Amino acid sequence: MTARLKIILSGLMVGQLGSLLVLFGNPVNMGVCVACFYRDIAGGLGLHQAGVVQYLRPEIAGFILGAFLISRMKGEFRVRGGSSPILRFVLGFFLMIGALVFLGCPLRMILRLANGDLNALVGLFGYIAGIYVGIQFIRKGFSLGRSVKQKTASGYTMPLFAIALLALLFARPAFIYFSTEGPGAATAPVWIALGAGLLIGGVLQRTRLCTAGGFRDAILIKDYHFLWGLVGIFIASLIGNVTYNLEFFNLGFEGQAIAHTSHLWNFLGMTLVGLTAVLLGGCPLRQTILASEGDTDAIITVVGMIAGAAFAHNFGLASSPAGPTFNGQIAVMIGFAVTIAIALSAVRSEVTIGKGVRSRG
Amino acid sequence: MDNTFVDARGRSCPEPVILTKKALEGYNGQDLEVLVDLEVAVENIRRFAENQGFLVDVSHLEDEDYRIIIKK
Repeated sequence: MTARLKIILSGLMVGQLGSLLVLFGNPVNMGVCVACFYRDIAGGLGLHQAGVVQYLRPEIAGFILGAFLISRMKGEFRVRGGSSPILRFVLGFFLMIGALVFLGCPLRMILRLANGDLNALVGLFGYIAGIYVGIQFIRKGFSLGRSVKQKTASGYTMPLFAIALLALLFARPAFIYFSTEGPGAATAPVWIALGAGLLIGGVLQRTRLCTAGGFRDAILIKDYHFLWGLVGIFIASLIGNVTYNLEFFNLGFEGQAIAHTSHLWNFLGMTLVGLTAVLLGGCPLRQTILASEGDTDAIITVVGMIAGAAFAHNFGLASSPAGPTFNGQIAVMIGFAVTIAIALSAVRSEVTIGKGVRSRG
Repeated sequence: MDNTFVDARGRSCPEPVILTKKALEGYNGQDLEVLVDLEVAVENIRRFAENQGFLVDVSHLEDEDYRIIIKK
């Protein structure tokens, strides 16, 4: 099987599972959404008190365990880290703020688009704009620095986190929150959600599909490999939606599921996501896969995303179908300022490091 | 600048490819040697270099690193 076929098939699988999970009970256009699911997990753990988005999504545990197991089997489980962890935390944090102002990660953006939601098209333009800006920093030598080997125990953080989430999901202790209404209460059966997550985690560990990488590589090195995967997600999700979820299909801007129609903030929210994702070296989905195969820098990024989700709902930063909030708009602007400051500082430091890197002696 | 050797070990995506791309821009017939420590970086560099018409040879080093030799 050629690499191109593999990446298209893995995209088709993700898109198809996205539609199927909606059929089985997940919120509309949210069969799979990495940002939304971390947000739900943050709520389930009581890190925020937005009652409508609290659930320990088993899909996330599936992504983690699937990617962990396959990377172990394939000898790609490498425990590494130390590449600017705190900057990655901050970037992950603001990535999540951008995603929750738009209302979805890049993956959900594609799934929304495949269900006729044209607000996601505005988001897509923003995402590409953010990636384009990020690429300018990369061209100038932006780098968060080298990672080095870390203690093996660090690499087990994500699989143990996933097992703990599943244990809490099944045991349902009183201190874990479960939404009784809203998106957090729309859930596919646990075993189906977990199975879909395992499949996605395992396959994407192999094919390295990344929504940021798709556009970044196309622009930066004219490599369309990952972009084909994104086309696969879109096509399979579109087919899945008109096959199983036709009553929800709605072409236009108005009345879309868990979305708002503020073009400016849909655009800027996703611009922030695109920019931070390029600087981090991957979208939320890819960060989750990397974190599960021993990349402790990606683990810190995921922790930053969860913290961002908690803040977003504690301080009224996340949008709702009524639109973005004032606090959310301020937070996105702060996010741009902080992200660009980080990018500029990491370009400068690379100039001095870079000279040593490229010479043999 | 040395256009025959790139040490991209520990670099996160897409840096290994970018460092390789920059070195190949000054390609003058001499082999380029790239060191990386992740299979993903090997795949990305191989895809990039082969798309540019280069020949790519990968060998696995003892300490879990990879040596990639790129030539025309």
